[in-house]
Amino acid sequence: MKKTTAKTIQTAFKKSLPVMAGYVVLGIGFGILLKEAGYGFFWSFLMSLTIYAGSMQYVAVSLLTSGATLLTAALTTLMVNARHLFYGVSMINTYEHAGKEKPYLIFALTDETYSLLCDGTAPEGTDAHTYRFFVSLFNQCYWILGCVLGSLIGTVLPFDTAGIEFSMTALFVTVLTEQWLTAKNHLPALIGLICSALCLLIFGPGSFLIPAMVLITAALLCMQKTMQQKEGEKA
Amino acid sequence: MNQRLYAFFMVAVISLFTALLRFLPFWVFRGKRAVPPVIRYLGNVLPCAVIAMLVVYCLKDVSLVSLSGCVPVLLSVIAVILLHVWKRSTLLSIIGGTACYMVLIRLM
Repeated sequence: MKKTTAKTIQTAFKKSLPVMAGYVVLGIGFGILLKEAGYGFFWSFLMSLTIYAGSMQYVAVSLLTSGATLLTAALTTLMVNARHLFYGVSMINTYEHAGKEKPYLIFALTDETYSLLCDGTAPEGTDAHTYRFFVSLFNQCYWILGCVLGSLIGTVLPFDTAGIEFSMTALFVTVLTEQWLTAKNHLPALIGLICSALCLLIFGPGSFLIPAMVLITAALLCMQKTMQQKEGEKA
Repeated sequence: MNQRLYAFFMVAVISLFTALLRFLPFWVFRGKRAVPPVIRYLGNVLPCAVIAMLVVYCLKDVSLVSLSGCVPVLLSVIAVILLHVWKRSTLLSIIGGTACYMVLIRLM
């Protein structure tokens, strides 16, 4: 039994290694940004521990600095993290009998963890739920490590960090480009761009997020038939 | 409101709603209840649209009236796209694009 557990942890660690580089680098970027916004080590640790959602934490920094209301924060979280609903839906069967680890497995289901575990299989000779638990745990450790390192680096950095805030833009442009290259249907991305730009023009930079979210959801729901026909044609 | 207290409430709200989204499907669809088609559909299309919205959100304060206000951002966004199409490496695209921006704002 002990031998299996040791092997399971070892395998989980190896599988989680590709996430390490990404999480540490993105975490450092977040920590530096947060530090520049006036929130140090403690906040970086707290946010990576309790929020534990990369893109949302980046958005949280600008919500904090712009003094957004709690309602805006709640709605923005719902939109930015809505994809987690769908990760959850697809993991229901996989996590069904996970036992006492289940709450943590669900809490720690980030994009990267999902990408490692979504096929629903576990390597041979490992206990499936223990394996998933340790992959999730290692990933969060990398993220916390990166975020905290960023705060510390942000405090002692010998050079001028002006412009580091572009890392958030770069992150989302990268994700959008990747989705654009892999998606068959570009309509959702275009709807997102057009609705947001439109709302930005009408409502201004300070308050366009909520109207944009409403408009995007409405537009996507209106387009459901067209979109599914298009999928059908291509399939 | 006190700034620290405000930040604390913000972190609490964001944490709570993130966890809510992660736990909700396991609670709603417990016991093999079927997932409605509209949820499946939104699951396919919403992520792309939201990322596009976040890109606009990042660019919301870019001033189009002054050259130094928009040229570094636009060039760096193009650099990120080109880097990503070329190498398809998330880390390289982010680090390269950010470095490009940090250099450009010092030159312009």
